[in-house]
Amino acid sequence: MKKAFELFWSFFKIGAFTLGGGYAMLSMVEKAVVDQKKWIPNDEFWDMIAVVQPLPGVFAVNTALYVGHRVAGTKGAFAAMLGAIIPSIVIILLLATVFHEYRNQPVVERIFKGIRPCVVALILAPSLRMIKSAKVTWKTAIIPVATVLLIWKFPGKTAYVILAAIVGSLIYAVIINRRETARLRDCETPQSPEVPKSRSQNKKEAKS
Amino acid sequence: MIYLQLLWVFVKIGLLGFGGGYAMLSLIQHEVVDHYQWIKTSSEFADMVAISQMTPGPISINLATYVGYTQAGIGGALLASFALCLPSIVMVYFILKLIMNKKGDTLMANTLKGLKPAIAGLIFAAGLSMMNLQNFPDFGRGQYNISVFICVLAFVASYFFKANPILLIVISGVIGFIAY
Repeated sequence: MKKAFELFWSFFKIGAFTLGGGYAMLSMVEKAVVDQKKWIPNDEFWDMIAVVQPLPGVFAVNTALYVGHRVAGTKGAFAAMLGAIIPSIVIILLLATVFHEYRNQPVVERIFKGIRPCVVALILAPSLRMIKSAKVTWKTAIIPVATVLLIWKFPGKTAYVILAAIVGSLIYAVIINRRETARLRDCETPQSPEVPKSRSQNKKEAKS
Repeated sequence: MIYLQLLWVFVKIGLLGFGGGYAMLSLIQHEVVDHYQWIKTSSEFADMVAISQMTPGPISINLATYVGYTQAGIGGALLASFALCLPSIVMVYFILKLIMNKKGDTLMANTLKGLKPAIAGLIFAAGLSMMNLQNFPDFGRGQYNISVFICVLAFVASYFFKANPILLIVISGVIGFIAY
């Protein structure tokens, strides 16, 4: 119970003081969990982050849940998650009530008139950076273009578009994985020891 | 009814929100502004994004809390942010139970490789749909387009120089205060 409370407090401080979202939080989590409390060894911590990273949802919440569970079980998971999100919720609620009252003040309106085009730019810039980092070629450029067109043509059906993209990517990944395992099998020397497969692995292979 | 809708929308976003805060932000925009029209104007949504960005904590949690608050008060705020976390809770539980093996890891990484361009498209679409007269009120009126100037400036600073988004919001606010 004490550990759960310590987890809550560590993540509470991180949640209250990190601006700029999940990745800014990461080094603070490392400092608290690995360096100060020594709950998790450094290499294991980064292995855990690698597992959490591709998951959907809020990165900070996923990290808090996973780290919390590793340190203090289910109780720890919930303590860390609540610690990470409670400061956000409280601060935004306070601000929202104040902002809704002063929203129509001319001074506030002037400031936000300047901010709005900046927000548009802040949304466009990471999407283009993502295209760059995903190494989109002229051939694969069809994917982002088709996504934009589908979302534009079917407003409110965005979830289905993303779902279709997930299914498509999964099929692609299964094909790539098969090709890679086939290549690895070809390279393998006959005397290499056979690793016994677990049942769950066999089941997965049967599915794909 | 509104509680059920909030729950459904944000569970969906938590589940489909691959690729970080901006991906979820665009999903929220598509659901909340385009589909359900809880937030009536694009400019109001832009204001909410700016506030969510400037306050500490994950931007998607901030935005979910804010949207929930505008629809159903404090109860709605708590429900929306909880709903956003719900898929994560289930997922982390299952990953711990099933134990991520090497094979599952590479499958996930390869899936994400294919998904990334689509997510970029999703975010780009959200940005495009916010390019309207509500957010650019002086577009096509007079010879000075302050809003276009701010947008281009912020884009260049963000895309090429990776400028801090909070700093950019503050600077844009100051420019708006002086110029309008």
